[in-house]
Amino acid sequence: MTIAHHLDDATVLRYAAGDLDEAFAIVVSSHVAMCDQCRKAVRDAETAGGLLMEDVSPAPLGEGAFERMMERIETVGEEGSIRAKAKPPAPAQPGLPAPLARYIGSSLEDVKWRTVAPGVRKCDISLPTKTGSSLFLLQINSGMSIPEHGHGGDEMTLVLKGAYRDEFGRFGAGDIADLDEHIEHQPHVEPDGPCTCLVAAQTPTRFRGLLMRLLQPVFGI
Amino acid sequence: MPDKKPGTQMAGAAASLAIDRRGGINLAAYHRDLLARMADGRDRDAFREIFEYYGPRVKSWLVKSGSDSALADDLMQDVMMTVWRKVDLYNPKYGAASTWIFTIARNARIDRLRRSSSQPYLDVETIELASDEADGEDETFANQRAELVAEALAELPDEQKQVMELAFMEDLAQSEIAEKLSVPLGTVKSRMRLAYGKLRSKLEVLQ
Ligand SMILES: [Zn+2]
Repeated sequence: MTIAHHLDDATVLRYAAGDLDEAFAIVVSSHVAMCDQCRKAVRDAETAGGLLMEDVSPAPLGEGAFERMMERIETVGEEGSIRAKAKPPAPAQPGLPAPLARYIGSSLEDVKWRTVAPGVRKCDISLPTKTGSSLFLLQINSGMSIPEHGHGGDEMTLVLKGAYRDEFGRFGAGDIADLDEHIEHQPHVEPDGPCTCLVAAQTPTRFRGLLMRLLQPVFGI
Repeated sequence: MPDKKPGTQMAGAAASLAIDRRGGINLAAYHRDLLARMADGRDRDAFREIFEYYGPRVKSWLVKSGSDSALADDLMQDVMMTVWRKVDLYNPKYGAASTWIFTIARNARIDRLRRSSSQPYLDVETIELASDEADGEDETFANQRAELVAEALAELPDEQKQVMELAFMEDLAQSEIAEKLSVPLGTVKSRMRLAYGKLRSKLEVLQ
């Protein structure tokens, strides 16, 4: 898989620091699962995190802290230990990364799609934790365009299947559009088939102008 | 959490990174060996050394993240227990001991302090371990990378160090960093991009 569009550098750092909410973390980890380049980038950012952590002035632990912890380990036993290499997650269909499969099951076709506009289907993914963001799948028919729009907040779109094109180029499977709220774009789905995307979007706190309001029913946010 | 002057602490950190550089590398190798002894022989003496070095740092880091001292003690124990239990999964070619222990502490912070889920991170880790592709990387490569990341951190201008520190150590969201520093969100983002760009250009020699 050749990936042309990657994570923003600021996103790599935020993900490594643990600053993204669950919706955005799922989209980022789904891309990272497919992208060697961003996986390395995250590792480098985590290396920075490790060095910063190593550099804090140590806090005293109190007498016998190690013994107390070993006692706890002995009480629980070694059952929580991983003595064998972890098994990879159950193989998902191509284009369905493991971090996403955990939330929607093993097939993109079997999710509960609902038609939100002609040629546009949507599936909301509910998350165990409440966040200020929504996570959903979008499937848009080939040849369709989404009217030019900005976003009410940060938005990330990961292409799972098919492709679209906008001002920033062609986005095929594995590509991520990591846009901040000031960017406007007008995606056109390529003619050879529908495009399925995973989207995390900050719940907009304000709506800008008519277009955003027109789009609202399309995205249902 | 005590208010500190912007950049003051990092200036100290940068200095100690620079001074410790040679010793620091040896320390990294030593810690890697300790983890290997824990994995191979369930060596408790090795674990005690890891605990005595990282436990107080993990605790201090959690307190900086906004946890009170009692909760930080509790979480630190959880983190160190995970280190013991998952030590077989530590692969030195993917990073230093400090990198690995940081990710465990970060995941605990996400689950327990932010009350979100670290599951997406664990899935990526599993994929990484399962792929284990022959990509020409090894421990030496990982060590060189860590050394260059340390250099890059030490050379960051204060205002970039500061956003790194607030994000990684104090667990502030991007918007909170902007608020704390009284700068627009876009400024925080661009400082983060500049900081990461510095890391990237340091690492380019290895590509
Ligand atoms: Zn990427």
